[in-house]
Amino acid sequence: MSILAIDQPGRSVLMMGNEAIARGALEAGVDFSTAYPGTPSSEIIESLARVAEHFGFYAEWSTNEMVALEAAAAASLSGLRAIVAMKQNGVNVCSDFLLTVNLTGTKGGLVFVVGDDPSAISSSNEQDSRNFARFADLPLLEPATFQEAKDMTRWAFELSERVGLPCMIRSVTRLSHSRGNVKLAEIPQRSRSARFEGSYIAGVFVPIKHAELHQKLEQAREEFEGSEFNWYVGREGARFVIVTSGSGWLYSREAVAALGLDGEVGILKIGTTWPLPESFIVDHLRQATELLIVEEVDPFLEQNIKILLAEQAKTLGPIEVYGARSGHLPAFGDINQDKVARALADIRGLEYRARDEQYAQRASELALTLPPRMPTFCPGCPHRASLWAIKAALKLDGRDGFVAGDIGCYSLGVGPAGFWQLKTLHCMGAGIGLANGFGKLGQFAFDQPVVAVCGDSTFFHAAIPGLINARFNNSNVLMVVLDNGGTAMTGFQPHPGSGTDALGRPAPVVEIEEICKAIGVEVRVRDPFEVDRAIEDLYDMLQDGGVKVMVFRRKCFLIESREKAKPKVFVDPEKCIGDECGCARFCSRVFNCPGIIWDQDAEKAKIDEVVCTGCGVCATLCPQGAIVVEEG
Amino acid sequence: MALEKDPLNLIITGVGGQGNVLASHIVASAGIREGLYVTVGETYGASQRGGAVMSHVRFSFQAQCSPLIPEGQADIVVGLEPVEALRIITDFGNPKTKVIVSPRPVYPVWVLSGQAKYPPVEEVLGKLGELVDEVQVVETAEEGEVPMAANVLMMGALAGSGLVPIPIGSFEEAMREILSPRDLETNLRAFRKGVEAIRTG
Repeated sequence: MSILAIDQPGRSVLMMGNEAIARGALEAGVDFSTAYPGTPSSEIIESLARVAEHFGFYAEWSTNEMVALEAAAAASLSGLRAIVAMKQNGVNVCSDFLLTVNLTGTKGGLVFVVGDDPSAISSSNEQDSRNFARFADLPLLEPATFQEAKDMTRWAFELSERVGLPCMIRSVTRLSHSRGNVKLAEIPQRSRSARFEGSYIAGVFVPIKHAELHQKLEQAREEFEGSEFNWYVGREGARFVIVTSGSGWLYSREAVAALGLDGEVGILKIGTTWPLPESFIVDHLRQATELLIVEEVDPFLEQNIKILLAEQAKTLGPIEVYGARSGHLPAFGDINQDKVARALADIRGLEYRARDEQYAQRASELALTLPPRMPTFCPGCPHRASLWAIKAALKLDGRDGFVAGDIGCYSLGVGPAGFWQLKTLHCMGAGIGLANGFGKLGQFAFDQPVVAVCGDSTFFHAAIPGLINARFNNSNVLMVVLDNGGTAMTGFQPHPGSGTDALGRPAPVVEIEEICKAIGVEVRVRDPFEVDRAIEDLYDMLQDGGVKVMVFRRKCFLIESREKAKPKVFVDPEKCIGDECGCARFCSRVFNCPGIIWDQDAEKAKIDEVVCTGCGVCATLCPQGAIVVEEG
Repeated sequence: MALEKDPLNLIITGVGGQGNVLASHIVASAGIREGLYVTVGETYGASQRGGAVMSHVRFSFQAQCSPLIPEGQADIVVGLEPVEALRIITDFGNPKTKVIVSPRPVYPVWVLSGQAKYPPVEEVLGKLGELVDEVQVVETAEEGEVPMAANVLMMGALAGSGLVPIPIGSFEEAMREILSPRDLETNLRAFRKGVEAIRTG
């Protein structure tokens, strides 16, 4: 049974931040849930989908974040409670709708969860999505603990209904993907039915609606003044106060303790960060003369606090503010206890040393001697073969062609895993979009062939308009769709081409090649593991201009290997002649599959049985035919 | 109840795909059964496959901890891979840290492609010994045998070592709740093998 469905109110369980958010929705009696998967947000709808049938609510993987938000809003406008989740880049995708649904308002509770990724651990940027709350005039909550992630989500539905606006929740990777204690509450029986009444039109009386939006936001601020998610710890009337939100709370508490400053430094923890609970903050800063603002990524809280301090200058007097602007904490990357402790020590004139200096010195010297370990494609991954085929075809072509990259597992093609093939990488759909432009530069003496890669899920999400544009404007583009059957990077969620829905039930299949044909472009479908044929076809397609699509279709091996027995792959030591071959250790050194190692003693290639998944593509590439595949 | 040191900081480290997340999930769930606050900070996402991964597991009877262990503050390190154990020690180790490590290397891509060298395992274990209080080496497979469920086996070793204040029974109860019935028996076997391995040294 899913941990989400445990019906034991009062029990403390271990939950991932994302599971806690999902449980909060469940405890609010959510009716409708949507998302496009994206790290670090994917597990919210993934865990809801697992229990949707049991509790009788709706869950879907949407084609992109725009549709996800719009579909959830439709449920809200019909009086239901809805939640939509996405990663930070997704907010950009749905922002057009976000900045109009704020004007029309909503009806049933609509909770909009964004998982930000400070340090871009699994992203192409680290934008701070809190700016969208201020931009769109929407109430914003930032959970600091696992318990709060659940409790805030439940409360956000009520707030959304009272103010008639979507309520935004900003989580971060270190909360969404960490686990901790969560005390469960009851899951209510749902009883709502959907009905649409009235009208929600953004395009008329806009300035009036905009003014009304500001009033609604003021109503949210009044609610925030007494919120249980804001608190102060430490000595009353402290002169030095840390003001923090989200992940900053636990780091701040631990940093203060590590420096033994519990008696002097107060911590003002704000959970409702837009609009700020102004009176609550002012009340706790009456004696303060110095503040340190602790938050992840942008100085969002810092700027808003500074505006408040300027407005309250007569009441509060001069207050020195430290944080990102003063250079004590970074306005980029993630933070941790060490960074907060160093900032605090620096300001207070204290010494903070994590370890004995000599020990730390020796440790960092040793660290430099260790071989780096970069992420790579899994053994058996079709992308390794696909990118090898692209590399070989471009080399054969010889006109200095290059690849415009996109977002997915195959983004690893920017590095050694994919033979350094991807030369651009931005956002979902940008590969084909950029390729459109490169492909129209012929009149400026541009003669390099351009290949755009994109995954199957990315194709549906954002690449179709780019492909249509290429056809419409007659660009010269070869688009390669790396179709591995699902949204692999985020945990293999289904998409319109997968044939199943979020609950694992059969769904109609939208065929990528049929869409390409309807657009009117030449399309071929190949198995990238038939490497020679794949190279020949790509080369062939590069030779005359126009828009072409190659679909490299082979299932993600992580999924494939769950469905069928693993063949045994081994190197025939009679046939592998080691360095005498002249292949330059192609299988282990060039093709880079972690399943193939070099046996130092025998001076021959060797298959690592634990790592090898039995895909057998190496057998087709070995010039001596020394790799043997025996079906399991 | 009280811990000798609160919070108690454990890092489980290895290579993406070795099952770090399941290992930390088991020990953390077992901890919650004992009434502890437990926080687990994980590595997910693009760094998952073949990259270096670590799980920070923090136990406290007082409060929920932050998900990241500060520099030099690891009390226990469980290494599913020797170089990764040493890498973690260079950031989070101190002279009192205790290490349980599998000596079986997983070679990084840069080693396979000849751009970097993998140091001899003996040397890695030697450097570990130089930096920490105690290193216990646990073989995850007999000679000639293919290692399976090394992640769970190493959790058995951790449970058997007595370094965390959690009874072996709680680990097994946690596994019964987390694992599917299909995988339970194999994993319980691996777990018990780990308990045995550390006790017999």
